[in-house]
Amino acid sequence: MYDVIIIGAGTAGLTAAIYTQRAGKTALLLEAKAYGGQIVNTPDIENYPGYKHISGFEFATNLYEQAKELGAELKYERALSIRDGGNERKTVVTNAGEYECKAVILATGAKNRPLGLENEQKMVGSGVSYCATCDGMFFRGREVAVVGGGNTAIEDASFLSNYCSKVYLIHRRDAFRGDAKGVKALKEKDNVEFVLNSAVTKLLGKFRLEGIEVTNKLDGSVKTIPVAGLFVAVGQQPENESFSDVVSLDEGGYIAAGEDCRTGTEGIFTAGDCRTKTVRQLTTAAADGAVAALAACKS
Amino acid sequence: MEVIELKELNFENEVLNSPVPVLVDFWASWCGPCKMLSPVVDEVASESDGSYKVGKVNVDEEGELAMQFGIASIPTLLVFSGGELVNKSVGLITKDEILDLLK
Repeated sequence: MYDVIIIGAGTAGLTAAIYTQRAGKTALLLEAKAYGGQIVNTPDIENYPGYKHISGFEFATNLYEQAKELGAELKYERALSIRDGGNERKTVVTNAGEYECKAVILATGAKNRPLGLENEQKMVGSGVSYCATCDGMFFRGREVAVVGGGNTAIEDASFLSNYCSKVYLIHRRDAFRGDAKGVKALKEKDNVEFVLNSAVTKLLGKFRLEGIEVTNKLDGSVKTIPVAGLFVAVGQQPENESFSDVVSLDEGGYIAAGEDCRTGTEGIFTAGDCRTKTVRQLTTAAADGAVAALAACKS
Repeated sequence: MEVIELKELNFENEVLNSPVPVLVDFWASWCGPCKMLSPVVDEVASESDGSYKVGKVNVDEEGELAMQFGIASIPTLLVFSGGELVNKSVGLITKDEILDLLK
């Protein structure tokens, strides 16, 4: 029997493990893929207090080693469900077994939201990408498109405009949610073209992406843009459906809980990007991890 | 088994002419997810009983190979058997998923 089982070994989950172990309790982390979560995709973190620069990989590895040295256990298993046996008796069922604990912290994070187009999954790695900094270099000198209207889309378009011959920025509205300074800088670039009030409606190409069909939302007109790469930056989505029988989710699928990280269910807590919140940053993920772990250790 | 460092020069011999299937990991030093996947690929290599081989291609050094196989995202894992590309996976996957690619 573990004191706390933490589902997800991203920034929130690893921080929760650190605080749990330091409170003299036992933590088991369950992770379906690799530790670190989304931050491993970031080449350079510049907004985590105390670090001027650190790579996402190094940050995640430091966190992991810190948790491990404190005695936290990590199993690479996918958590499938939670059986709530009431006060201090929870069972987490994974693809490989079942584990008992007193409290659970859900730190499942979020993943990149796909556009939901036909062939999109098949085209990943063949022209469709969710990470401009990871894959941009493969499109050096070629024409690409970015879809989205937030900061990530603007940063991606700016990054790609340094390598690619042309960057189309496709956004479903005519105003941007993202940083105004970034948008202005982008407008001044010769090789960036804004395609506004428009949505990508089809991916063209059989084996590799050869172009996209874009539909104007105002007049319904359809045009084809030949591009070798499409970078999707339309936000994140959580993956909490497996736990919706034990905790309530908000309309976006995030776990409903306040800053105290308590779900409506006794002994089940939530931390990080998977929780209903307004700011999703490394610092808020780490903060949640601490809050949830200290609450779980007291429960 | 040891992981083979693959280059244009030895690719044909080590991969295309291999009598057993070969798992090839395309990676780069600046790619975080590649660094997460790398130890898992090493583990798969170390557990081979000789029924498959494992190699890695550094896309910064071997851009031609990356282009030849249409790599547009890393990490990408390719599996070759009998000189043919038989399986492909893009992004971070688990050890079991890697072993499934080789089946």
